[in-house]
Amino acid sequence: MSWVIEGETGKWELVCGLEVHAQVISNSKLFSGASTRFGAPPNSQVSPIDAGMPGMLPVLNRFCVEQAVRTGLGLRAQINLFSVFERKNYFYPDLPNGYQISQYQHPIVGRGSLTIELADGTTKEIGITRLHLEMDAGKSLHDQLPDATLIDLNRSGVALMEIVSEPDIRSPEEAVAYMRKLRSILRYLGTCDGDMEKGNLRCDANVSVRRLGSRDFGTRCEVKNLNSMRFIARAIEYEARRQVDILESGGVVEQETRLFDSVRGVTRSMRTKEEAHDYRYFPDPDLLPLELEPAFVERIRASLPELPDEKKARFMAEYGLSAYDASVLVAERATADWFEEAARGRDAKQVANWVITELFGALNRTGRDIDACPIRPAQLGRLLDLLNDGTLSGRLAKDVFQIMFESGEDPETIVEKRGLRQVTDTASLEPVVERVIAENPAQVEKYRKNPKVIGWFVGQVMRATGGRANPQLVQELLERRLR
Amino acid sequence: MNALTHLTLAQARRLLAAGEVSAVELTEAHLRAIERARHLNAFITETPERALAMARRSDQRRRQGSQGLLEGIPIAIKDLFCTEGIRTTAASRILDGFIPPYESTVTRKLWEAGAVCLGKTNLDEFAMGSANVTSAFGPVRNPWTPPEEPVARVPGGSSGGSAAAVAARLCLGATGTDTGGSIRQPASFCGIVGLKPTYGRCSRFGIVAFASSLDQAGPMARTVEDCAIMLQAMAGFDPLDSTSADLPVPDWAGDARGEVRGLRIGVPKEYRADGMPDEIDRLWQQGAAWLAAAGAEIREISLPHTRYALPTYYIVAPAEASSNLARYDGMRFGLRIEGENLVDTYERTRGEGFGREVRRRILIGTYVLSAGYYDAYYLKALKVRRKIREDFDRAFEHVDAILTPTAPSAAFRIGEKMDDPVAMYLNDVFTVPASLAGLPALSVPAGLSAEGLPLGLQVIGRPFDETTVLRVGRAIEEAADFRHVPHGLAGSEA
Repeated sequence: MSWVIEGETGKWELVCGLEVHAQVISNSKLFSGASTRFGAPPNSQVSPIDAGMPGMLPVLNRFCVEQAVRTGLGLRAQINLFSVFERKNYFYPDLPNGYQISQYQHPIVGRGSLTIELADGTTKEIGITRLHLEMDAGKSLHDQLPDATLIDLNRSGVALMEIVSEPDIRSPEEAVAYMRKLRSILRYLGTCDGDMEKGNLRCDANVSVRRLGSRDFGTRCEVKNLNSMRFIARAIEYEARRQVDILESGGVVEQETRLFDSVRGVTRSMRTKEEAHDYRYFPDPDLLPLELEPAFVERIRASLPELPDEKKARFMAEYGLSAYDASVLVAERATADWFEEAARGRDAKQVANWVITELFGALNRTGRDIDACPIRPAQLGRLLDLLNDGTLSGRLAKDVFQIMFESGEDPETIVEKRGLRQVTDTASLEPVVERVIAENPAQVEKYRKNPKVIGWFVGQVMRATGGRANPQLVQELLERRLR
Repeated sequence: MNALTHLTLAQARRLLAAGEVSAVELTEAHLRAIERARHLNAFITETPERALAMARRSDQRRRQGSQGLLEGIPIAIKDLFCTEGIRTTAASRILDGFIPPYESTVTRKLWEAGAVCLGKTNLDEFAMGSANVTSAFGPVRNPWTPPEEPVARVPGGSSGGSAAAVAARLCLGATGTDTGGSIRQPASFCGIVGLKPTYGRCSRFGIVAFASSLDQAGPMARTVEDCAIMLQAMAGFDPLDSTSADLPVPDWAGDARGEVRGLRIGVPKEYRADGMPDEIDRLWQQGAAWLAAAGAEIREISLPHTRYALPTYYIVAPAEASSNLARYDGMRFGLRIEGENLVDTYERTRGEGFGREVRRRILIGTYVLSAGYYDAYYLKALKVRRKIREDFDRAFEHVDAILTPTAPSAAFRIGEKMDDPVAMYLNDVFTVPASLAGLPALSVPAGLSAEGLPLGLQVIGRPFDETTVLRVGRAIEEAADFRHVPHGLAGSEA
């Protein structure tokens, strides 16, 4: 799907790549044993290593390496058996060592790719350039005291994966689809919780524009601080239009780092190319090059879960679901598991419909996610069994569902307690049918001319029975009696 | 009583074991010696109370029948090792008031072996120097300074305080660290034995870093055997240091024989540097002759990249140092000089906190890592470093150890070479190649210069073959029979 910027002088195309920072799920930090728990009191989870104390040395956390490899495999990427940690040198108070340990020339993961799905149903491959491991810095708190900045080093040393995409993104929608898909894969893998509000997943966008049809790349700007899906789309769109305006008025885009101001919805210059740091990267002499055994990688590969793309394909093949339904169901692993459990031995399409419309609707209304769902998958399954065996009508089933969602009770219990069982015996419905016909002679006349009026009669009987009557049976009885 | 301070470490162990002396007596004797020798400025921090408490606990342990390898042995610690609860300065103003809440692995192992801490010794600031003249706590005086000389001789550096303390009988042994010669050159200047182990043999955890790929802790003592005993206690794999070697520690303490019969000893022709003083050259030849007389085979070898070692070292070491010293920013510990704004605070703190030589090396290191210069300097230096290592690899196909002088001269006077950094750096010309190659190397006193100052010979070994290095060192020690004592101490032996 092409997204173009209509300028005064013609059409322009966006060229965008994303650099995503994903916090690795791990109990301890990348190079120290300190805890990574979120929300602890400031500076309570800081080892002397994280604080850059004299004589302290980093020791690589094996689990974080596993997580990076797992992520690389999930992104169908090359795993580099040889990688090197380097020091990125710069001064800032929340960077205790005066350098960040990162990977530069030899990242742990090389080229890979990810498939995004767009609103029009099409898919597109976005290339992954690399993934590397690095440590996070601490946090500067500028708003606690009027005359001082405070530093919280709890985050200092926490493992991050920097995942860099190729400049394959052509619209803000694609950028968001990329982020959503990446987050989905990371969550499936259990390597990052994807929580953007906590800053555990953040992204910088490299944005440039070129005339539609051109093969050349324009000068790019890096837009930092994009911490929500909405901001990613807005920032990229704003930045692309800003560059088009500059180019169309005869100006030149300066390569620079810009910051997205989410309040005003604009990007503004942070530092120009001239002000760019010389990070003086060099291999960290405190850490030997990281060499992985092929067996280590294979063990992780063997333990990979089924990922969203495979699961989607399987849901379509195995359950006959539409591409859309399958996509929606596989976005979150917990949802997909929930669906599969409910669908076991049942009509999967029907289950999918109920999950997507009724369950998602209820969850959205109450602001819950699937983990906090009061209904267990088997309960929904049994509700549908009651619907399918005629115990409940479609309408009753929806009512029972709502009660299940509010109370967590079993569908059978609700049906029994509230007497919501569908009335299917002729003997108890016939008197009602008789009464409705007797009380509405004018409608009977209408029916003679127009048989569609039977619908009105069905409605009256349903109302009179509190919705419990089986609508098909009511229709049959009415037709027989009115004939 | 003074006799106690003139014991070797091994002799003291035997007397302690025999119950003829207590750790407290031994410690008190050394504390008195330290007090009398304050003019040497060998110590930055003396820890007499801690020393006596440790000695008392040691005597108690011995009475209870448990004893470590260094049980009751009073030693001094270079003030580059972090010691829990004891001020640690790295001889720099910038660490002003810093008291580590942790213990370095090497010192922890020494205390676990029963050693007694007398104090923290002086050094060149951040171990950057070859004369112990860059210390923020003032220069150390070499106890060998001839009494008639008005200006003191330097003890060498950077472990100058440790070397002077060992030579002046202020401790039975001391720790040093060696990055480009900082154990061996001061050992040579002070007439003692100093061993730089193989890179990775001793943990670097808790040692204030200078150049991480070169720094290595080692023992300094008055005999090869004493060094072997200390190294035994200091060495070993440490999971807290990713560059420490996961190898068993041989029994050096029990096997410090001087048997060199059949060993092949290499004499590198490239070390016959232009302008090498005759007395150094003669000593070197004498050393080779001693080893030959003891049954070793002397072979001339070639280490063709030797002449590039010093320039390579003075790129690699400052590059790493420029990054390692970035953490001294006035934000969390040590000196902070408040400025107008953040950058001003950084500049004032680091400008005033670091001395001239440290600032020079940070500038050199920053330069060689900068965009546009990295390939020409740092990357090239890494390549040359590999060539130097390969030189040694090839040489060790033909020889078992290499013999060279330790330093190109005897101790010079304080103030000399201070205005000429390159002349100062030339002190390390014989020690730096083994550092770049990560090899074990030992300096053993072998004779006196015409001026009556000690001169050392260096023995370089294969990676992790400290055993051979110690054995060759012992043979030289036996042949040299170096019994000279610094001026002013000879008479106190009564």
